Amino acid sequence: MSTTFTLNGQATTLEGDDAMPLLWAIRELAGLHGTKFGCGMALCGACTVHLDGQAVRSCVTPLASVAGRAVTTIEGLSSKQAKAVQAAWIDVQVPQCGYCQSGQIMSATALLEKNPAPTDADIDGAMSGNICRCATYNRIRAAIHTAATAAKA
Amino acid sequence: MSIAIFDKSKTSRRDFLKASTGLSAIALTIGFSWTGPSRRALGAPAEASFMPNAFVRIGSDNSVTVISKHVELGQGAYTGIATVLAEELDADWAQVRVESAPADAKRYNNLAFGTMQGTGGSSAMSNSWVQLREAGAKARAMLCAAAAHEWHVPASEISVEKGVLTHAASNRRASFGALVKTAATLPMPEKVELKDPKSFKLIGTRPPRVDVPSKCDGTALFTIDVVQPGMLVALLMRPPRFGGQVKSFDDSAAAKVPGVVKVVQVSRGVAVIAKTFWSAKVGRDALKVEWDESKAEMRGSAQMMAQYRELAGKPAASARNDGNAAEALTKAARRVAAEYEFPYLAHAPMEPMDAVVKLTAESCDIWTGDQFQTIDQMNAAQVAGLKPPQVNIHTLLAGGSFGRRANAYSDFIVEAVSIAKAHGADGTPIKLQWTREDDIRGGLYRPMYFHKIEAGLDANGKLTAWRQVIVGQSILAGTPLAAMMKNGIDPTSVEGAATLSYDIPNISVDLATTESKVPVLWWRVVGSSHTTFAVESFIDEMAHAAGKDPYAFRRDMLAHSPRMKAVLDLAAEKAGWNSAPLQKGRGRGIAVTEAFNSYVAQVAEVTVDEKGEIRVDRVVCAVDCGTAINPDIIKAQMEGGIGFGASAALYGAISLKDGHVEQSNFNDYRVLRMNEMPKVEVYIVPSSEPPTGVGEPGVAPVGPAIANAVFAATGKRHYQFPFAKGGAA
Amino acid sequence: MSLQSRIFASSQRGRATHPLLWTLAAILVVVLGVFAYIAFGPGPMDFASGKHVTLADYKGVNPTGVPKELQSASPIEKGEYLTRAADCMVCHTAKEGTPFAGGRAFVLPFGTLYSTNITADPETGIGHYSDQDFLDALHKGIGKNHTKLYPAMPYASYTYMSDGDALAIKAYLFSLKPVQAAAPANTLSFPFNQRALMSLWAAFFNPDRRFEPNAERGDEWNRGAYLVEAMEHCGECHTPRNLMFALNNRKKFAGEIQAGWRAYNISSDKGSGVGAWSDADLLHYLSIGHADGRGTAAGPMGEAVDGSLSHLQASDVAAMVTYLRSVAPVATSEIPAVNATPASATFADAKSADVRGKQVYEGACAGCHGWSGISPVLPFASLTGTRGVNDPKATNVAQIIIRGAQRHSMDESVSMPDFGTTYTDAEIASVANYVTGRFGAQGSSLTADNVAKLRAAD
Ligand code: FES
Ligand code: FES
Repeated sequence: MSTTFTLNGQATTLEGDDAMPLLWAIRELAGLHGTKFGCGMALCGACTVHLDGQAVRSCVTPLASVAGRAVTTIEGLSSKQAKAVQAAWIDVQVPQCGYCQSGQIMSATALLEKNPAPTDADIDGAMSGNICRCATYNRIRAAIHTAATAAKA
Repeated sequence: MSIAIFDKSKTSRRDFLKASTGLSAIALTIGFSWTGPSRRALGAPAEASFMPNAFVRIGSDNSVTVISKHVELGQGAYTGIATVLAEELDADWAQVRVESAPADAKRYNNLAFGTMQGTGGSSAMSNSWVQLREAGAKARAMLCAAAAHEWHVPASEISVEKGVLTHAASNRRASFGALVKTAATLPMPEKVELKDPKSFKLIGTRPPRVDVPSKCDGTALFTIDVVQPGMLVALLMRPPRFGGQVKSFDDSAAAKVPGVVKVVQVSRGVAVIAKTFWSAKVGRDALKVEWDESKAEMRGSAQMMAQYRELAGKPAASARNDGNAAEALTKAARRVAAEYEFPYLAHAPMEPMDAVVKLTAESCDIWTGDQFQTIDQMNAAQVAGLKPPQVNIHTLLAGGSFGRRANAYSDFIVEAVSIAKAHGADGTPIKLQWTREDDIRGGLYRPMYFHKIEAGLDANGKLTAWRQVIVGQSILAGTPLAAMMKNGIDPTSVEGAATLSYDIPNISVDLATTESKVPVLWWRVVGSSHTTFAVESFIDEMAHAAGKDPYAFRRDMLAHSPRMKAVLDLAAEKAGWNSAPLQKGRGRGIAVTEAFNSYVAQVAEVTVDEKGEIRVDRVVCAVDCGTAINPDIIKAQMEGGIGFGASAALYGAISLKDGHVEQSNFNDYRVLRMNEMPKVEVYIVPSSEPPTGVGEPGVAPVGPAIANAVFAATGKRHYQFPFAKGGAA
Repeated sequence: MSLQSRIFASSQRGRATHPLLWTLAAILVVVLGVFAYIAFGPGPMDFASGKHVTLADYKGVNPTGVPKELQSASPIEKGEYLTRAADCMVCHTAKEGTPFAGGRAFVLPFGTLYSTNITADPETGIGHYSDQDFLDALHKGIGKNHTKLYPAMPYASYTYMSDGDALAIKAYLFSLKPVQAAAPANTLSFPFNQRALMSLWAAFFNPDRRFEPNAERGDEWNRGAYLVEAMEHCGECHTPRNLMFALNNRKKFAGEIQAGWRAYNISSDKGSGVGAWSDADLLHYLSIGHADGRGTAAGPMGEAVDGSLSHLQASDVAAMVTYLRSVAPVATSEIPAVNATPASATFADAKSADVRGKQVYEGACAGCHGWSGISPVLPFASLTGTRGVNDPKATNVAQIIIRGAQRHSMDESVSMPDFGTTYTDAEIASVANYVTGRFGAQGSSLTADNVAKLRAAD
């Protein structure tokens, strides 16, 4: 019932029910609250984290399944692309209520780390699993383009 | 708060984290995060500070903390309020932070709500506009007086800019912080001059939102993030049908789940209290409850809609009666009629409802994204068996609301308090967390409505008669707010129809109020979420019946509503309404409305593919909301409102079958996604009128604008929400 | 009438009559032939050469009863195990209903059948069944007071079950709390509502024989045969049916559409069956309903695994695998090819990709299933290499989108939301076509009407 993995670059062991979703392990066992709960069914993206560099929905990822793998949450973002994304988010003033934005930023960062110059279609592909009830979608799109340019420079 | 959070990092280490190098790193992240921007929203008093009034505190460290009586739901209230106060104070935006006000109706009531503290009706800026300007101006005057006192110069010679006071003649300067001690000893001026809008420096510009940085690095503190020492988490199992009651329950399996601490029955169901959300969730899944459904709602929504349709043919209460619509209709050269159906809608804010309650025999502390402090205080006190002043509400950032958190029942807060009470009112902090399923099935929906409209044209195609009947549940009836109802008419059911601005000589609007166990509530833009759709699609239908251009047809009837006409013109012009028509399969539609004293017109452009799939390509929006305090936030609210309205028009519906809600999560309660969001252009009408609402009005016209565009593209009218379910004529 | 004329007339008649007779005779022969071909087709185990002997005469380990691991268990525990193995509960439990209380609807081409209450309730259940009544029902398809059961109750398979095992199941069912629950009336059209006809059917298609071990095969094979045929009744779904709605064992395990889902070809054919699956693949699939690169059971097979197979002892599952491997290969064409190569990890697509399908996939599916088809989240959610996404009719892909999946025999329960209520038939068709196009060897071209039909089937 204990799982060891890399959390934001640090070896971490969490004591929890194997079936406990990574989301709750991160929030309640590791005490990192940036990753949010929105649906618990991989439908909204609020809980998006990086698992070995890939954007995944932590609400449906069993804690046991990340053993030995690398998990990055919003608190652990450090890449050039991540910084560019966060800066662009502020510059474009993306957030409204902000609740979905950790997930949006994690998805956007994973996108830019793979695809330095995403087209609008690429952005739809990477981002439409992230719901924003405040409908900040157009600013998210704009910010991703801004970040892409900045990260290239 | 920050203290409590820090404790949590220790607790979590002690309880859960195995000794590992990761440990300190995690602790640090947490430790540091609270010195981060999120502190701005929370505020942390500097050692010495000067608080000239209830709305601002100036620290010796030069911090200017604006106290917001309104909750930040995403609509930008914190920033708007700080902007107005900082404007008159001539503070430097960089030194401004915002802290939420405690629950205190005496100091922090919403002037639009009378004696009640709360946020809603898109009134945050309009009600506090003058109040905040005076608060800022008075603080400024006192700082000037303090400088004058210290420098022995006339206050009138002192200028203030970006947080610095200057006496040019003697070339002396001082920051706010340097003067707080002296200022604190001086009397409060009775009256102050307010700035001439021409000299505004912040208002009308784009100061960055105070809450944005913390919302980009995960440090923003929402209710779900609150941790108190020894805190437990509760999930509540509610009746599967509205109006159901617990008959009996079997918690043997639930109690066995590791981490489950207690299972308690409360008025709204059975709660599983556990050490973590996950234990509570597993425990609740294992809970077996028998329900008494003798008083429950057993009808399906289709069945209810059929009853509404019937009622529409019967006499109802009159909400407006100009001239004689009935007679004018008989005289009309041409009569047209239509019926519209609107489903229940869930608000589905991104953060499912949650509240943390710490209850003892003498006090009740509540942490939540609170929108109705005064009412919640009263309701919580009643359940807790305390007096309202013993209830302290700590208002936090809210992960959206769209009306959901502003409810006279204080539903989720009352639940949390009753659970804390059932647990023993022993001061153990308990966090009640809703799941998305709880949210979608939890009621307090935008009511289901049926509209029947009949109108008549004279020989020249002029609208001479308008008769509208609205059927649906009342939002206000049976709540402490029922006082807002006049002779059986709930204004929230008819606003947007009874307030029709078009020049039509004979208008009658009737309302038949229905009853159901399904709890209902205002939903972003309230009545206009359905009335504007019915009115603006039917006006379009009448324009075509009269053989006139839908834009011109409306324009001709707005002689007495210049501001409405102005936004209509602006939207039409920017959208190129009169330019070349769109190619086949595409169409433009227009709609205009007044809501919360703001005026919004929108032109939607859609593409309808051969499969009948509707894609909204572009929405051009013109808004007149008086003085534009922060144009970028106004723009954001229009963008968000358009997305929110389009989501409901295209996909949104809560339906009941034999009293059971058929939807449960985002898989079956579909909402707009990135790839479905139209391009949006927003144009703000320059104005020096007092500021009016922007959070809601943008939602109203988008549905009818899309429906009218679909008609232009296909010749097919939509009379039912949502379009994706093919609610076609 | 003159003689000639009479002769003429008769010869006239003769000329007219004889060909007619001949035709009738010919038709009769053909009909009888076809019927005989159908009626006297091979039994489920006839594919295996070797001499069959009675249980009594069989020298090896008795293939019936519970496995050795449970020899010391109580009679009720044994009965429970066998009840699991015969998978009675799934069919005899209504959606969200009490186990074994019946009422589950079976939508057939000619009407709807409801399963019966098999708890010990005397009025609505089988409380008044004697042992013989119970054996008659399982072996002969004859219910109390001679009601003829519909073959939806797989008595043509259960008939191979030993009396001992059948009665152990009865004992277990009678040990449970009786439930008062009358099943809804069936809505079958004529002539299928004529139960009497069923005895005719049974006369031809129910061998009414108990299991006879094959003396030339090993104990494991015989145990597997008994489990697969007499208990799990795999053929009832996986073997195609003939005109008379009976199993056509000439195409044993070649696959069939059942309740709107595709029951795949599980013959040992390398291309279209499970011949290419490793033993480990089969063991995993049967015991948890998932094998990496092969797929995850959902729909009826998901229920069979959760309700029955996952409860079997490992030794029994191994025996079933041994038996399945021996079934003759039957090549079928439903799934012409299987693509086992993941799609690109980016969301780039061939021009032909269904645009609307992609939009739905982006929003609702990509989060779990990923863009490559290898799930970043859960192995159970991987699509690459599964028969579902390689089915050009996309039958099971569409079904799982409509109905979702709830599975609980993996370590942690796994589920997929059902999207049937929110997405239109056209959208579901689009996303199914997109998924098969992106991850399968050959995309599907489902239409909204196809989806509507799949919704209706249950
Ligand atoms: S919470 Fe995980 S996707 Fe919604
Ligand atoms: S910013 Fe509120 S949900 Fe996205």
